Amino acid sequence: MKHLTPTRFALTLALLGVGLLAAGVFALAMGPSSVSPGEAWQALFAPSAGDPVVDIIRGIRLPRIVLAALVGASLACAGVIFQALLRNPLADPFILGVSGGAALGAIAVLSLGGAVGLGYAAVPPAAFAGCLLTLFLLLMVARQSSGTSATGLLLTGVVFNAFASAAIVFLASISEGIDGSRIFVWLIGNLSSARLDVTPWLALFLSVGVACALASARGLNVLALGEETAEQLGVSTEGQRRVLLVAASLMVGAAVSVSGLIGFVGLIVPHALRLVLGPDHRLLVPASALAGAAFLVVCDTLARSALGGRELPVGAITALLGGPVFLFMLHRRQAGWGATRSGLL
Amino acid sequence: MSAPRQAVSKTSAGLCFESVGVRFGEQTVLEDVSFEVGLGEVVGLVGCNGAGKTTLVRAATRSLRPDAGRVTLAGHPVESLSRRALATRVATVPQDIHVPFPFLAGELVLMGRTPHQGAFGFESSEDLALAREAMARVGIAELADRRVDQLSGGERQLVLFARALAQQSEWLLLDEPTAFLDLRHRIELLRVVREFARSGGGALVVSHDLGLIARVCDRLVVLAGGRVIADGEPGAVLRPEVLDSAFGMRADVIQGPDGRPVVVARIEEG
Repeated sequence: MKHLTPTRFALTLALLGVGLLAAGVFALAMGPSSVSPGEAWQALFAPSAGDPVVDIIRGIRLPRIVLAALVGASLACAGVIFQALLRNPLADPFILGVSGGAALGAIAVLSLGGAVGLGYAAVPPAAFAGCLLTLFLLLMVARQSSGTSATGLLLTGVVFNAFASAAIVFLASISEGIDGSRIFVWLIGNLSSARLDVTPWLALFLSVGVACALASARGLNVLALGEETAEQLGVSTEGQRRVLLVAASLMVGAAVSVSGLIGFVGLIVPHALRLVLGPDHRLLVPASALAGAAFLVVCDTLARSALGGRELPVGAITALLGGPVFLFMLHRRQAGWGATRSGLL
Repeated sequence: MSAPRQAVSKTSAGLCFESVGVRFGEQTVLEDVSFEVGLGEVVGLVGCNGAGKTTLVRAATRSLRPDAGRVTLAGHPVESLSRRALATRVATVPQDIHVPFPFLAGELVLMGRTPHQGAFGFESSEDLALAREAMARVGIAELADRRVDQLSGGERQLVLFARALAQQSEWLLLDEPTAFLDLRHRIELLRVVREFARSGGGALVVSHDLGLIARVCDRLVVLAGGRVIADGEPGAVLRPEVLDSAFGMRADVIQGPDGRPVVVARIEEG
């Protein structure tokens, strides 16, 4: 009987950790000025003073990579939580509209907050609040149409996202302090203009979120079978639901406030992992964090270097990859699941 | 023949429904329902569609709070127990569940161990042994590594039954556990339920299969219009007039080779 053993757990996470490290080193070496992975490694762990490579690696590329890793991990992890709670493998923070809600919260503070004395520090909490409010709205819709159609929920999310984008553009247009072209990149999702001083906050929110999700990983397994089943198995669903929704919102709020609307990371990463590792959340949650980090680091490296000197918003890359994956999953869902789960790990 | 409504003693060791009433809006689903499922017995719950059988099961698992009356376990109201404590004493086999992710049958059976475990951590060797034993008892050991969402309805029902057995509870509530099963598996499942009762557990079986249920149950409770209209041994309960008021069907009751009643429905043409 296949089941999650400590060995399989540790081995899988170690492997993904190595993958993340490799992605990081690859990303350090990529960029306008060519640096070999060996040089990058040296600049990182044995820097020689006065070497310009050290400045590029430690001063420019490393902070950006760390940021990409944290945002990717947060989005993937939040995706896993939403999918389990809504019992829908297509529930991604972007598709559900909660990223849009977070972005709206952030922009509201940036454009109007100045008048009431709110500074940049208020952006992440505002994004978190926007995220929670959107979730509340979504859950009301879900309850009204209780289970009649899972796609109805996603449709609500997509419409809400369009609404939030419009409201964001409106707020940006009426406020003088916001540069319109930057808003455009931000709506697509982008890491180049991120403020690095929020990195520690992002790390904190991610740790809290992952810790909450891990602490109730078994609860997520049974919640994915439905509220009534979970209760019959002795899980008090209401408290756990609330904690998990807050945890996911923290992660989405933090990620959106630095990077804007990067979509589909929370869809692609958990889906791919479920195919290989199975849906057990005890493994899926930490694995998604690691793989999501590696995935966004690679995507962001492509965004930085694919077009030579010009940068592409990373959200464009994730959407180019994620759009087809979403359509494929939707098609498969309607056609019924076909492929068998592989037993690689 | 027993009285339609039995008085239930407050200090009973069983699972007791005490004057349970449930309303959904204007509609009364259950009214003044009282009966007991004692340890060591199998009680069958029958009634037509919409008679309130599933609602009654949900009241016992605290998925639904009765508007009147209460459900008690060995004298304690189920509301006073924590969900986890309740789940270690009462296990439920639902009609069917939708599994949106590719869990394996073995993983689903292991989830029956949830109330005995912490929030995180790995299954103990005892958990694994109990899950294996439950699957073997139900005869689905070979399904362990199959995806639940690719099983047939009947196979999934057996997996859910194994999950309930792995829960090691004192009571089993089975909500139409045989609906998707072929005849051999129906008999097999009900045999395991009998075994469960013989080793000291109590079972409540909701079913439409009057023939089988009359043969395995010690007692039958008949619900009609949200009320108990008969409660007693199968031979005493399954009478043409009870069947008429419960199901609105005309039937003859004959004696089977084991002395148990067999219901033969009349099909009137024209």
